[in-house]
Amino acid sequence: MKIKPLQIIAHIILILGVLLMVVPIWISFASSSHDSVTILTEGMKFHIGDQLARNYNEVLNEKGGWSEEVTAAKMFINSFIMALGIATLKVVISAMSAYALVYYRFKLAVPIFWLIFITLLVPLEVRIFPSYKIVSDLGLTNSYTGLILPLVASATATFFFRQFYKTIPDELLESAKLDGANGWSFFIDFLVPLSKTMIAAMFIFMFVYGYSQYLWPLIMTTAEEYWTVVMGMKIIYTESYEGVALPRTAERFAYIILSMIPPVLVVVFLQKWFIKGLIQTEK
Amino acid sequence: MSFLDLKNVTKIYPNGTKAVHETSLSIDEGEFMVFVGPSGCGKSTLLRMVAGLEDITEGDINLDGKLMNEVDPSERDVAMVFQNYALYPHMNVYNNLAYGLKNRGIDKETIEQKVNDAAKLLQISDYLQRKPSMLSGGQRQRVAMGRAIVRNPKIFLFDEPLSNLDAKLRIQMRLEIKKLQQKVGVTSIFVTHDQVEAMTLADRLAVINNGIIEQLGTPIEIYDNPKSLFVAGFIGSPQMNFLDGNLKNKTLSAEGFEIKDINSDFEGEVTLGIRPEHLSQSENALISLKVELVEQLGSDNLVYGQLKNKKDFCYRCPGNQTIEKGSNLSLNIENNKYYIFDKSTGKRVN
Ligand SMILES: Nc1ncnc2c1ncn2[C@@H]1O[C@H](COP(=O)(O)OP(=O)(O)O)[C@@H](O)[C@H]1O
Ligand SMILES: [Mg+2]
Repeated sequence: MKIKPLQIIAHIILILGVLLMVVPIWISFASSSHDSVTILTEGMKFHIGDQLARNYNEVLNEKGGWSEEVTAAKMFINSFIMALGIATLKVVISAMSAYALVYYRFKLAVPIFWLIFITLLVPLEVRIFPSYKIVSDLGLTNSYTGLILPLVASATATFFFRQFYKTIPDELLESAKLDGANGWSFFIDFLVPLSKTMIAAMFIFMFVYGYSQYLWPLIMTTAEEYWTVVMGMKIIYTESYEGVALPRTAERFAYIILSMIPPVLVVVFLQKWFIKGLIQTEK
Repeated sequence: MSFLDLKNVTKIYPNGTKAVHETSLSIDEGEFMVFVGPSGCGKSTLLRMVAGLEDITEGDINLDGKLMNEVDPSERDVAMVFQNYALYPHMNVYNNLAYGLKNRGIDKETIEQKVNDAAKLLQISDYLQRKPSMLSGGQRQRVAMGRAIVRNPKIFLFDEPLSNLDAKLRIQMRLEIKKLQQKVGVTSIFVTHDQVEAMTLADRLAVINNGIIEQLGTPIEIYDNPKSLFVAGFIGSPQMNFLDGNLKNKTLSAEGFEIKDINSDFEGEVTLGIRPEHLSQSENALISLKVELVEQLGSDNLVYGQLKNKKDFCYRCPGNQTIEKGSNLSLNIENNKYYIFDKSTGKRVN
C-alpha cells in the first residue's frame, strides 16, 4: 500500500496528540520514583529513579490526618466506593426513569421530563446547604450512604437514555408484548442489552464525576475514615506548609499517579463494550 | 359463535380519525382470511385491534369463545408478523424464536425441540446462531414467520409482511406462506394492499375501503361478482374498464352502443364495467377499439387503446394473436359478463 502525504500528516497530528496526553503522565510517574530532594533541586525527571517502591509504599501506608489513622489506600477505597455507588445508581435510576417517561405515556410524562431536565440548572454545589441539612437530619453524615445518595439522580443521563429509547421502533415493543413480555421483561431483555454502549459510556462519565467530587465529601465527612482521594490531594499539598520538613514532592507525584488508577481501571474494563457498541449498531 | 368474532368494531383514534366503522366479521378455525384495500383504509388498525395493540373504541372481539377487549396482548396467544419483521436485533435467530416460549415458562428441552422443528420447517436451521443483521431480507422474513409458528398460537396475524421483498422473492414467499398455513392449519389474517397477493392467498377475502368492509367472500366470488364499483375496480388486473351509460326499460345505452334485455329494473345514470379478459374479437361487434399500445406478456397480450369517444380501454387476448398498433378491433362482451353500477351510490344493479 502506498502511503499518501495526507496520511503522514494525519499520523503526525495523531502522534502529537498522544504525546500531549502521555508525556505529563510519564513525567509525573518518573518523578514519583526519585527522592524528593532530587526533584526539588533538579526539577522533574524523565527517567525512572530508584525510590519507586519506597515512595509508593509510604504514600499508600503512612498514616496521616489528625488522628494519625487514615492512609491514602483507605482514601482510594473510599473514593472508589463512592464513585461506584454514584455511577451504578445514576445509570440504573436514569435508565429506569427514562423508560417510564418514554413507554408509559401518562399525562404528566412531558412536564415531569422537563422538571427533571431543569434540575441541570441546580447542581449539587448550588443546593449544598439544603442537601446537607437533609442528609444530616437523616443521620447519614459520615457514611457511604450519605456520600452517595444526594448525587444519584442524573438529568443528563435520563435525557440521553430517553433520546435513545425514542429511536427504538415501536414494533419491537409490540412484538415483544405479543411474545408475552411484560413491562419489566421488556426493560431487562430489550432496553438494557440494546443500550449496552450507552450504559457503558454513562457509567464511565458518572464514575469520573463521582470520583472527582470534592465539596460534598468535604462537607459531609468529619470522620477521617471517610475521606476521599480529592480531599487527600488537598491535604498532601497543604501539609508542607505546616513547616515540618521539606515538601514531599516525589510522594505527591506518587499520590497523583495512584489516584488515576481507579478511573483508568473502569475505562479499561468497559472499553470493549463501549467500542463494540460504537462500531456496530444493532437496531 | 365462530373462532374469531368481530362485532360492530369501531376504532376512533385520539386525534379523531375514524379508522374502522362498525365492522362485523366472523372467521372460522383454520381459515386464511385476507384484508385487502388501498393504503390508509384501516386494515392495519383492524388487525392491530385483534392483536390487542390498539384499544377497541366500540364493539366486541371474541377469540375462541373469550371476550378479548380488555385482554393484554401478551395474554391473547396471538402471533404477528410485521412489515419490517421487528426481529430482536440483539438476539440470535435461536433466541428470537425461543423468546416467546421462555416467557411462557416452557422448559429448556421442549424449547430446543420446538425451535429446531420450526427452523427445519422454514429452512433456517443453518442460521440459528446468527444475528438478524447478518441475514438477507428473505431469511429475516422466515425468521419472523418462525417466531410466529414456534409458539403455536391461536391465530397468525400478518401485516403486509411481503412488501419489503423484491418481486421474485415476494412471489416465492407468498407461495410458501400459503403452503405453510395449510400444513400448520392455524387460523390466519393477512393484510395487504396488493390484490394479486390477496387473491392468491385467501380462503376468504375482505375488501376494505374507508374503514368499511365493502365485500366479503372467496376470491372467485369477489372477482366474478363484485358488489360495488370500488370492489370491481380494486380486484382484477389489469383494472376493469368503466364506461358511462344510461339504463332505461332494461336497455343500457352507452356511448356508441346499446345492450338490451338487462336483468335489472334500475333506471338512471349507471357505470358499465367490463373486464379486459371478458372480451373477444368478432365481426360487427359492440365495441370498436383503436389500438395504441400492446404489452406482450408472453401468455397474454394487453391491448390498450381508445374507444370512439376517446375513452381509454383495455383488452386482454391470448399471446398468440398478433395485434398491430393503430389497427381497429371490434370487440364483443363474452357471455354477458358485464357489471352495471348505480353511478351515484356505486352499488351493483344487475
Ligand atoms: N396512531 C394513529 N393515530 C391517528 N390516526 C392513525 C393512527 N394510525 C393510523 N391512523 C389513521 O387511521 C387510518 C387507517 O390507518 P391504517 O389502519 O394504518 O391503514 P392501512 O393499514 O390500511 O394502510 C389512516 O387514515 C391513518 O392515517
Ligand atoms: Mg398498514
